[in-house]
Amino acid sequence: MASCLRRYGRRLSVSICEKRELSTACEGQIILQQHQQLQQTAKSMNLCSAINQALHLALETDPRSYVFGEDVSFGGVFRCTTGLTERFGKNRVFNTPLCEQGIVGFGIGLAAMGNRAIAEIQFADYIYPAFDQIVNEAAKFRYRSGNQYDCGGLTIRAPYGAVGHGGHYHSQSPEAFFCHVPGIKVVIPRSPLQAKGLLLSCIRDPNPVVFFEPKWLYRLAVEEVPEHDYMLPLSEAEVIREGSDITLVGWGAQLSVMEQACTDAEKDGISCELIDLKTLIPWDRETVEASVRKTGRLLISHEAPVTGGFGAEISASIVERCFLRLEAPIARVCGLDTPFPLVFEPFYMPTKNKILDAIKSTVNY
Amino acid sequence: MALAKFTSSSRSNLLKPLTTVFSTSDSFRRPISTSTDPLTIETSVPFTSHKCEPPSRSVETTPQELISFFKDMAMMRRMEIAADSLYKAKLIRGFCHLYDGQEAVAVGMEAAITKKDSIITAYRDHCTFVGRGGTLLEVFAELMGRQAGCSKGKGGSMHFYKKEAGFYGGHGIVGAQVPLGCGLAFAQKYSKDETVTFALYGDGAANQGQLFEALNISALWDLPVILVCENNHYGMGTAEWRAAKSPAYYKRGDYVPGLKVDGMDALAVKQACKFAKEHVLRNGPIILEMDTYRYHGHSMSDPGSTYRTRDEISGVRQERDPIERIRKVILAYDLATEKELKDFEKEIRKEVDQAIAQAKESPMPEPSELFTNVYVKGLGTEAFGADRKEVRAVLP
Repeated sequence: MASCLRRYGRRLSVSICEKRELSTACEGQIILQQHQQLQQTAKSMNLCSAINQALHLALETDPRSYVFGEDVSFGGVFRCTTGLTERFGKNRVFNTPLCEQGIVGFGIGLAAMGNRAIAEIQFADYIYPAFDQIVNEAAKFRYRSGNQYDCGGLTIRAPYGAVGHGGHYHSQSPEAFFCHVPGIKVVIPRSPLQAKGLLLSCIRDPNPVVFFEPKWLYRLAVEEVPEHDYMLPLSEAEVIREGSDITLVGWGAQLSVMEQACTDAEKDGISCELIDLKTLIPWDRETVEASVRKTGRLLISHEAPVTGGFGAEISASIVERCFLRLEAPIARVCGLDTPFPLVFEPFYMPTKNKILDAIKSTVNY
Repeated sequence: MALAKFTSSSRSNLLKPLTTVFSTSDSFRRPISTSTDPLTIETSVPFTSHKCEPPSRSVETTPQELISFFKDMAMMRRMEIAADSLYKAKLIRGFCHLYDGQEAVAVGMEAAITKKDSIITAYRDHCTFVGRGGTLLEVFAELMGRQAGCSKGKGGSMHFYKKEAGFYGGHGIVGAQVPLGCGLAFAQKYSKDETVTFALYGDGAANQGQLFEALNISALWDLPVILVCENNHYGMGTAEWRAAKSPAYYKRGDYVPGLKVDGMDALAVKQACKFAKEHVLRNGPIILEMDTYRYHGHSMSDPGSTYRTRDEISGVRQERDPIERIRKVILAYDLATEKELKDFEKEIRKEVDQAIAQAKESPMPEPSELFTNVYVKGLGTEAFGADRKEVRAVLP
């Protein structure tokens, strides 16, 4: 898995340079300068260190940014916030009590005063006590105040997804709940390089963002990550593998599984196009649509249960847009419709072979 | 520096020495350690109360009870240490939170109540389950995800339940179980059978908003619920004083009475729980703050030594260990010899090893179990597999 992520990395460092202007407004970011520096000072690091570096940069470049959450001043349970307190002090990087609703509510208030509030929810599974604050307070603040107030500086980081043995409350992928809420953005990176660039974009984005980090990849995914400050555009999907027979769409940790399925399918003569959605809402329909128009087939894969997952939304949108071009029903290879299991995790997961099967049956429909 | 300040001040708070329980006794040799003659023993420290009269420090007990305290706590201790090794050997997966250090709470609470009373707790639930009558085999099998486990291997470490003994488990989200406890208590009040609910939570959970919601409704409706704050002084890696403006958790109910108890003294816990049960049946909820300590880190991924000193841990082990306290009482009253107690421990070690061996024999749950218990049987809901066309099953 790590090797295929590293492969993305190389492709990425080239593709970043080709990116258009950043969709995310941020003061003082000169993209040209980024381009020049990009390949000069890259360092091999894992996803956890990339997040850590992004947080360092966020705090460094904006004196009005804050990092807080459960145990973050000690480095956090995954060590993503290591060294921040030492460098920026306990007034900007601090522990909160165990109270998710309070953490997010506090973050909204902090952001409403024009600060960048970077809140950590220790596991995405614990985000539900804060659900009300995110949905009812954060997402609608700008709208219901007629643009007098907003909490655009709020970014909520939360590790999501399976780790192989996390069980019911340390493995869930709750992204779809948040994709039903206009007013917030949902972003999920697939690799260290992506994580750093996307997180910085999220922090500096003038909208509240929920940023889910694939915790399985914290240590597993290693690639060359530029040392300097750079941002990757939100709401822009990326074709990370070109193909002609079927389009695969995914995000986060699932992409490396899908990449393996693509490689295996290639041996059977099936050419797969793989797209990383990156931002789930507002999502880049155009890139997916263009790809499906080319291939005529679509497969979506995510770890969350299939029913009501974000795959359903992609599927519906693409049917609306490409109905006459589709040559097979859209396939969804996702988590099963059960609670996230402990001992049955291998059965639950949308594994490579499940994806490969679905690729074949879709192509041979 | 803040941390230094903390460790020095906390040492003085945490390390209350074993008091002179032993000097009060007129020591006489009891040949049988299973005697049920009453015995009165003073608690280590007085109870501190909030809006209620504290119970007496003199606790009625019997030699038999003291011996059973010793055996039960020694078994819990051994069990948790074995779980630690099994986790490190990767035989236990998932998240695992150990209770060693806090055994007196589980044991003392059980001594004061019956199995008709309910207990609901968070994820540090192994020993509470054993206190309710769970077996070692059920514990280890569940930890390793085997069929013989108390939740048929489907729950794991954080999800132990025992319905017939009123143990409502095993909840993964910090603080979420406390409002549930109010619901249990309401049902009990309705049935008029004079039973109560003990809703356990930690000092970390004490800062969750749900707790205050639970406090209000239980006080509003006079529910027979005892909110037991197992204060082990660290909410994950954060010391109580860093997370709570007022770490006097027994006072945090404001209008709800509270009692601070030495949670390292099984007899004090017993006395407090007995008092609390009588109190809530007459007057509505009460908070019991159990001043206790966990020797292990928060979970298996926490070495437990980054946010506290090793000296602090070994200090508590030496000064306040719940098993050692009971051992000293037993020896002081001459209820058993040192050798007899050592033999008990050896026996327990053997029992634990046997249970582990047996648990390893138990098969993994059937794969079809993945789809069971999602909904009630026969609801007809479909589960979809990898591909809606290929794999679909009506949930059994």
